[in-house]
Amino acid sequence: MIRVISPGLLSTVQDLGRHGYAHLGVSPAGAADLVSLRIGNRLAGNHENAPAIEMTLIGGRYEFLTDATIAITGADFHQAPMWRAAPIEKGTILDVGSAKTGARGYLCIRGGIDAPRIMGSASTHLLSGFGASLKKGDVLAIAYEIGGPALRHAVAAPDQRKRLRVTAAAQTHQFDALQAITLTTTAYQVSDDSNRMGLRLKGAPLHPPHNGQMLSEGVALGALQIPPAGEPIILFVDSQTTGGYPVIASVISADLASIGQLRPRDTITFEFVTFAEARRLLLEQEACINALT
Amino acid sequence: MKFTPASDRSLLVTLGECISVETNARVHLLSHQLQNVTGITSQSPAYSSLLVRFDPLRLTHEDLEKLIQSTPLNLETAHVARLVEIPVHYNGPDLQDIAERHSLTVPQVIEAHTATTYHAYFAGFVPGFVYLGEVTAAIATPRRSTPRREVPAGSVAIAGTQTGVYPRTTPGGWNLIGHTDAILFDAAHGRALVEPGDQVRFISL
Repeated sequence: MIRVISPGLLSTVQDLGRHGYAHLGVSPAGAADLVSLRIGNRLAGNHENAPAIEMTLIGGRYEFLTDATIAITGADFHQAPMWRAAPIEKGTILDVGSAKTGARGYLCIRGGIDAPRIMGSASTHLLSGFGASLKKGDVLAIAYEIGGPALRHAVAAPDQRKRLRVTAAAQTHQFDALQAITLTTTAYQVSDDSNRMGLRLKGAPLHPPHNGQMLSEGVALGALQIPPAGEPIILFVDSQTTGGYPVIASVISADLASIGQLRPRDTITFEFVTFAEARRLLLEQEACINALT
Repeated sequence: MKFTPASDRSLLVTLGECISVETNARVHLLSHQLQNVTGITSQSPAYSSLLVRFDPLRLTHEDLEKLIQSTPLNLETAHVARLVEIPVHYNGPDLQDIAERHSLTVPQVIEAHTATTYHAYFAGFVPGFVYLGEVTAAIATPRRSTPRREVPAGSVAIAGTQTGVYPRTTPGGWNLIGHTDAILFDAAHGRALVEPGDQVRFISL
């Protein structure tokens, strides 16, 4: 068991997400940086889907009421042991500190957090009322669902990209050609008003087709929505399942994890790639993760 | 049918350009037919389109497009839409405003809202929130200019020609006309009271 002494800025339990219920309006949620969660769980000897604590900017302090093995991955919480499995003795107070770079860290505990599963997932989704953010005094149980041995070696942190690669999306060809040029030649700043639902960007506004009016339709993870005011919003893991603003581009699967590491005021740029290139980059990323044994 | 990739892990299938019950029924039929396809991770049916999300390690846009083109869309085989009745206390804070706006009495607004059998077009916003249409022009009322910070769970509301019920307490900009005690979403079992494609009637208590 683990007691939350201080939950940091925003800490929630997340796994790989709640899939298959979008038709009922259920958002996928899940770790904002799935690559880091998967690596953390592999390091700790867990199944990739084991629930872990996602910490935002400030990690918090946790008292271990039992011996445990942990792995912390994601943002650079430099004062904590990162990117390797580490034993923690009963009675230890782990102070994760604050992230030097990146936004979200994953505290993976060997065995996984024992959290109730709703529709097959332990992922917290605040708007839906599935789970809640961790509070001072919360006690979390360990599930002891072991996947295999913990890894004995440290792994390198994957690159966090600030130049995000995008593909065409549903309305790309309805925007006039100038808009794609503006999108790929502007340095956008992540606004303070960004969260797991969406990242609002500040920078050169784009002109959406049809004055930004369209019939609501399903939205993809990583879609760059252009509302009438013109500044893009990246729809993220906690977003609504449908939306009514034109989408100019969608971030590729291989770069979704990097979105989860963006912090307010980070500067990002966009670059178009083909679907074939997006697929090649994803296969490359998968091969790197699967090589960790 | 038109196919447009919406990302490297989703395909938008467009079956029409406007809001119609017939097109929407075909959207839900296609969605049902694709329910058990390996590699499809989730689907979002909307008014006239279906977004199919897939695992890019298992499927490609081309695989999916071929599969959908070879899927027969026979409306006669469609699952029979359920008729869901929702009991409502018509006592919402915007009821009087709607009546005045349309030069009606409150009982006339209630009468107009309960007289229609609504079609459940699609779900979105939060789990269990379903967009129902069409509200008769006699009481159709645009969204409020400033959304409320807190709309209580169970609120029955109107926005334009759409109507719906807030499954849980959330912010919201729709006009509130009443309240139901019905449970809109059962999270433990992943079941919604109203599923897209269903027919819905409101009963005044």
